[in-house]
Amino acid sequence: AQNVRMDVDFEDVSLSEVFREVRKLSGFNFLYNAEEINSKEHLSIEMKNATLEEVLEECIKGRGLKYNIQDSTIVLSTAPEQILRESDVQEKKILNGSVTDKDGFPLPGVSVVVKGTTRGVITDVDGNFNLDVKGDNIILLFSFVGMKTQEVSVGELSSLEIVLEQDNLGMEEVVVIGYGQIKKEDATGSVVALGEKDFNQGTTSSPQDLIMGKVAGVNLVSAGGQPGSDVRIRIRGGSSMSASNDPLIVIDGVPIDNRSISGMSNILSSINPSDIASFSVLKDASSTAIYGSRASNGVIIINTKKAKKGQKLSVDYGSRFSIGKVVKTFDLLNGDEFRDIINSRHASDSDVDKAIRNRLGSEDTNWQDEIYQNSFSQDHNLSIAASVKDIPVRASIGYTDQEGVLKTSEMKRTTYTFNMNPSLFDNHLKLNIGLKGMDIDNRFADPGAIGAAIRFDPTQPVRSSAPEFDQFGGYYTWMLNGTKNINGTNNPVSMLEQARDKSDVNRIIGDFKLDYKVHGLPELSINMVTGIDYTKSEGKDIVDDKAAFASNDNSELIRTYNHDLKNELFDFYLNYNKEFKNIDSRIDAMAGYEWQHFKSESDQTVMRRNVTDPSFSADETENYLVSFFGRLNYTFKEKYLLTLTVRRDGSSRFHKDERWGTFPSLAFAWKIKNENFLKNSNLVSSLNMRLGYGVTGQQSISSNDYPYMGTYTKSDEFRQYQFGSEFVYTLRPNGYDEALKWEETTTYNFGLDYGFFNNRVYGSLDVYFKETEDLINTIPVPTGTNFTDLLTTNVGALENRGVEFSINTLLVAKENFSWDLGFNITYNENEITKLTNYDDPNYRGVETGGISGVGVGNNIQIHSVGHALNTFSVYKQNYDQAGKPIEGDYVDLNNDGEINTSDRYFGGSPDPEVFMGISSSINYKNWDFSFNGRASFGNDVYNNNALGARYQEMVVNDYLTNLPSSIKHTQFENAQQFSDFFVEDGSFFKMDNISLGYSFKKLKMFKGDVDLRLYSSIQNVFTITGYDGLDPEITDGIDNNVYPRPRTFLFGVNMKF
Amino acid sequence: CTDDLDTVPLDKDIQIEISSDEDFKQLMAKCYANLILGGQTGSDRDISRLDVNFSSYLRLLFNMQELTTDEAICAWNDGNLPDLHDMDWNAQNEFITAIYSRINLGVSYCNKLIQQISEQSKYSDYLLEARVLRALAYWHMLDLFGTAPFVTEADPVGSFFFPEQASSEELFTYIESELQAIENELPEPGTNQYGRADRGLAWMLLAKLYLNAEVYIGQEKYSECISYCNKFTGNSFYSLEPVYKNLFLADNHLRRNEIIFPICSDGKRTQGAGGMSFLIHAGIGGTMKGSDYGVSGGWGGNRTTKALVNKFSDPSGLTDNRASFYTDGQTLEIDDVFAFSQGYPVVKYFNITSAGDSGSDLEFVDTDFPLFRYADVLLMYAECVLRGGSGGDAATALIYVNQIRERAYGDASGNINLSELTLEWLLDERARELHWEGHRRTDLVRYGKLTGGDYLWPWKGNTKEGSSTNAKFNVFPIPSSDINSNPNLVQNEGY
Repeated sequence: AQNVRMDVDFEDVSLSEVFREVRKLSGFNFLYNAEEINSKEHLSIEMKNATLEEVLEECIKGRGLKYNIQDSTIVLSTAPEQILRESDVQEKKILNGSVTDKDGFPLPGVSVVVKGTTRGVITDVDGNFNLDVKGDNIILLFSFVGMKTQEVSVGELSSLEIVLEQDNLGMEEVVVIGYGQIKKEDATGSVVALGEKDFNQGTTSSPQDLIMGKVAGVNLVSAGGQPGSDVRIRIRGGSSMSASNDPLIVIDGVPIDNRSISGMSNILSSINPSDIASFSVLKDASSTAIYGSRASNGVIIINTKKAKKGQKLSVDYGSRFSIGKVVKTFDLLNGDEFRDIINSRHASDSDVDKAIRNRLGSEDTNWQDEIYQNSFSQDHNLSIAASVKDIPVRASIGYTDQEGVLKTSEMKRTTYTFNMNPSLFDNHLKLNIGLKGMDIDNRFADPGAIGAAIRFDPTQPVRSSAPEFDQFGGYYTWMLNGTKNINGTNNPVSMLEQARDKSDVNRIIGDFKLDYKVHGLPELSINMVTGIDYTKSEGKDIVDDKAAFASNDNSELIRTYNHDLKNELFDFYLNYNKEFKNIDSRIDAMAGYEWQHFKSESDQTVMRRNVTDPSFSADETENYLVSFFGRLNYTFKEKYLLTLTVRRDGSSRFHKDERWGTFPSLAFAWKIKNENFLKNSNLVSSLNMRLGYGVTGQQSISSNDYPYMGTYTKSDEFRQYQFGSEFVYTLRPNGYDEALKWEETTTYNFGLDYGFFNNRVYGSLDVYFKETEDLINTIPVPTGTNFTDLLTTNVGALENRGVEFSINTLLVAKENFSWDLGFNITYNENEITKLTNYDDPNYRGVETGGISGVGVGNNIQIHSVGHALNTFSVYKQNYDQAGKPIEGDYVDLNNDGEINTSDRYFGGSPDPEVFMGISSSINYKNWDFSFNGRASFGNDVYNNNALGARYQEMVVNDYLTNLPSSIKHTQFENAQQFSDFFVEDGSFFKMDNISLGYSFKKLKMFKGDVDLRLYSSIQNVFTITGYDGLDPEITDGIDNNVYPRPRTFLFGVNMKF
Repeated sequence: CTDDLDTVPLDKDIQIEISSDEDFKQLMAKCYANLILGGQTGSDRDISRLDVNFSSYLRLLFNMQELTTDEAICAWNDGNLPDLHDMDWNAQNEFITAIYSRINLGVSYCNKLIQQISEQSKYSDYLLEARVLRALAYWHMLDLFGTAPFVTEADPVGSFFFPEQASSEELFTYIESELQAIENELPEPGTNQYGRADRGLAWMLLAKLYLNAEVYIGQEKYSECISYCNKFTGNSFYSLEPVYKNLFLADNHLRRNEIIFPICSDGKRTQGAGGMSFLIHAGIGGTMKGSDYGVSGGWGGNRTTKALVNKFSDPSGLTDNRASFYTDGQTLEIDDVFAFSQGYPVVKYFNITSAGDSGSDLEFVDTDFPLFRYADVLLMYAECVLRGGSGGDAATALIYVNQIRERAYGDASGNINLSELTLEWLLDERARELHWEGHRRTDLVRYGKLTGGDYLWPWKGNTKEGSSTNAKFNVFPIPSSDINSNPNLVQNEGY
């Protein structure tokens, strides 16, 4: 029946009319009770190149009918139990068959059970099954999470081809995990899978936008609104302090290097979101431990789209156009307010005051308006998927041109992908050849212009025709005694217009996979993966030689750089999957080896003003990771599942004696739904309990690949020392710790996956506890024992505790109207439990979180025992009766009569205690509407920009500085940088996206049928927050020069041929 | 493929061992460069906790020795920098922590060099210099902290162990014995390459050690100090440079007759905003023109208080040419510490040569820092004589002092007589002669005037006219970070 494909087109006809036509097209006969059938309501149906089953499904949908194909006869009935039988044979027979989805894609893991018995099998990896049955009136139940359960009466058939229909309830059937995939309901670890239909709609050019707010426990914060801007991903808080807290990202089986690349800020921006098929987020150790030493912060597996076997040619085209606008700018003094304050505060006849007043200009320049623009962006992508001589092939090309709202910033990106996945030797050998390429041309705008625009005197013009500014290209510049005032704020517009900071980044990720199911031993398959991830970045940052901000001796005029990053992968693993029916057990075992090599080569050439020779520097570094790993899944009675994994990693980043680490995990799952007491429950459609324990590691401890090794660093040419008439380069012994080793995180996880009302309500609850030991910390080394003051070593411990809950509901599921709603909430608590080798109650911790605008070396945060990472360390501000903060008046918290660092208290953390995501989509006839939003509670923000509101700043160093309007309230004279006045609650709710679309189905265009969708969306729709700054969403909690996230209005079209 | 895990650095600027002559020379150069530079490149840091430029030995030494006194005050809000002049610092102060780390890093570099060359006699001159530089570092520890975690070349490096704490007495004895052991092996004054240590540095360190012995170990060693002062006065290489100003110019490397040991700076090859570039730029602001000092402009930070200005009977510089204050647009009184226009900038160092040419670069200066000067020897001699030391006499002391006065006044008009030569006068004269050269805190401690209420200056104790402070501030606290990392350390009294 699969082979028959047909075109049907009916408008408001009876079922029997349809059946007559189908009989003509397919040659199949129909058997039905005409009276019964014709009592059903009329239907309209329009399908192209559809299979018989697809047409039949469409016909019976919502009409309380069942169909059954017997040889060339299609039997329709109302009562599913009613079996039409042609014989009464009581013999044993062997049934075989295959199960696919409606696109013809094989479904592995489908449960095939003889109705009324416990006998059954699971389809294999190709969706095939074999089953012994006895007697007649056999009805098979085909069930699979995420699919509608189907009952099929076997009758005389010995071979069945079953097509399961999607349940539309968002439960992904198969979940990609490390080195394999499993059925979602068989997951013993905390894994969240998101497919295309789960993605946020109408988003922009960055992959992370697709899942923002969608996954409990995953907190995504973009670094700002710059095109291609970096994103900070935190899964269940950070389990490291000084080492990286980024999750491992695996793209199509290739774990990518998360080291940054010069000239490109976001490693994810190398993928076009429209090429992404799925995200799997692995959160707990039982799911991540298979990635061993890189898994402490979770794993995100991204798979790109592939064509399917037998797929007809399909062409997708999408275009988007958008306009971005700055949402809000800082409230600053305007020209007149500024003049008034200067004139009144410096009214005396003294030379000093006169000089200050004389600096005032007559303009009223809004510097923020001068640096921002409305940004226009466009995005086009085209993909073709087809099965060419049975080889599924997909190719795509995408182009994005995104302007930034900060003038001059722009990203142009071209992406291309090619994927081919042939199956040979009767599906015994499967190959996959994938290639993803990208070419990004960036132009970066100096974000320093944002700070300069806040500070620049509003009474001065952007440009001036006065001859003294000719040397600077006509840009107004602070002068002192006839030359540029070197301390003066740089003209923000000149910072943008007199610099060309460009990069050209090319990246290729290639993978070749081989999966061979051994002939004669089909339970065993051999897998091999080779992959390469190669990035080549070239950049050139040229400053106009008239630019005042680069007019000093030694100022950089031209900087060119190259960065090559290469990551090679080789994987080899065996998979053994067997069922032992006699003991009601199934095992799925895997063991393998992996080799990875990461190499980075970079160089930089700098031409400086008044320096003849360019200075050149180069860096080259590499590291290797060699691993052995294995996993055993054991399933007993389809109810009890046990997963054991172990990975042994060797890293070149450690000394020979410390190099190897072993990372085990153990997980147990109980499919409660399969117990007798729930089996027949109509309320509970699925219920799984999971318990997991595992140890993971962290080896990405610093940018240095040789931290354990005693090395010497030679100085550059500018850091020589004079011996007589010669200058000698210097050689510095570097600090090191030979005993440096893995950071280890132990995770305990308890989880519950639930589904109610035939999975119309489903979700998960997870409770976890993570403890990192041998925490990599950069600590003060006992002075005199090493060549550094701070040494990266294993000391300390850190805990994360949390609860995650998600719920998805299909509120309405009608033919023409469906409405679903998803919500997730996460509570995470992070606490440092140990920082040093021994306890000292007087030790406060490791200072971090540098702030700016008040000199160098001011840290506002501290890593301290008993507190979260990056906790603010501040003085408690005293206020007068009017609520005005009293300058320099802080609470003497330790009552020792003086205010000093001992009075600083722990004033909140930048990470939210609770965050949540909400998303919903509504389909009504051809309309679709969706939105998604996020909330964050308890994230504190240090408003570094507001710190500039102090009178002392206005006239310091012979130029004038504008102030935030908050000066009118605070009246601060001097910097109060350590006051908790500047630490604000940054809790927020953000509506990230609202999208509305209309679909035209089967438009006759281009000599064929085209599905067309037009849509429009708004991103960054609104923010509800009590935070006084521009945007409370700040990666490190210190709000300073953050590139504003624009509000984007987007219009797009998708066409599917 | 597990052999792949045996990697070695690929970067050509990273070495895993030192072997060649050049390597040894470069390692020694690092022991010297540690006195001024913060790292191996413009951004690389030897000390992780503080910015590369802030963590310069010289800059920190200036902050410790000058900002804590009447001689200097800074307008900047960098972290807890203001606490230094306010004299209310504590053991978490990042600048104190940084100088502590920096000095001891110097000890470690020297220890490393000594370890590497102890077997190789062909580098014996490096060995001697490493030992004298280590003694210098330990003397700074003794002077600033009164104690130190004690490590020598015999200790292992790169592993965690807890160094023993050396008391003042132990440090004193060690420095003394080290210097005495090598003083006669070091090159004769002026015979080593410029920038490298010779016998003069060892003598000077011994003289300083003895001069302050009463503070350090409670014993008077003024006679010993005089005997080392006599080594200088008895050596024909040393003399007073006829023009005071020349000692602080871009070509002051020509003044070896008076500058006993310099910290070298070069606009093109020894670049750092932490050393002499800091000292010059930070003292320029207001209406001062950078070009008058051979630099692009000022950073508007350091000025002085009226306490120093008033030590000159004529602060205009017209009589005593050592008084060089910038007054245009400045006030003598300081109501607001953070206003550069309050307090007089000290115009002492220039990135301009004696011929009037600008240095090789307007950002990074060529001017070297005179860590020790012969004029200081003469004043020390006089002081020790007045304090009862033997081996010298008051008449000679008066001659020495008047040599300095004649250079300052250009003639004998500023000369004093024997009755005017008192300890109090000498302290003031030291300020007039040696201000902003990194001696003031040590001198005030020796006179018992740094803390307490005997001597006040603006903003001492964080009040405008100055107020009494606790005696604990005579030494700096051991940084709490080191107290925490090393259980053998006992905090200085009062902290």
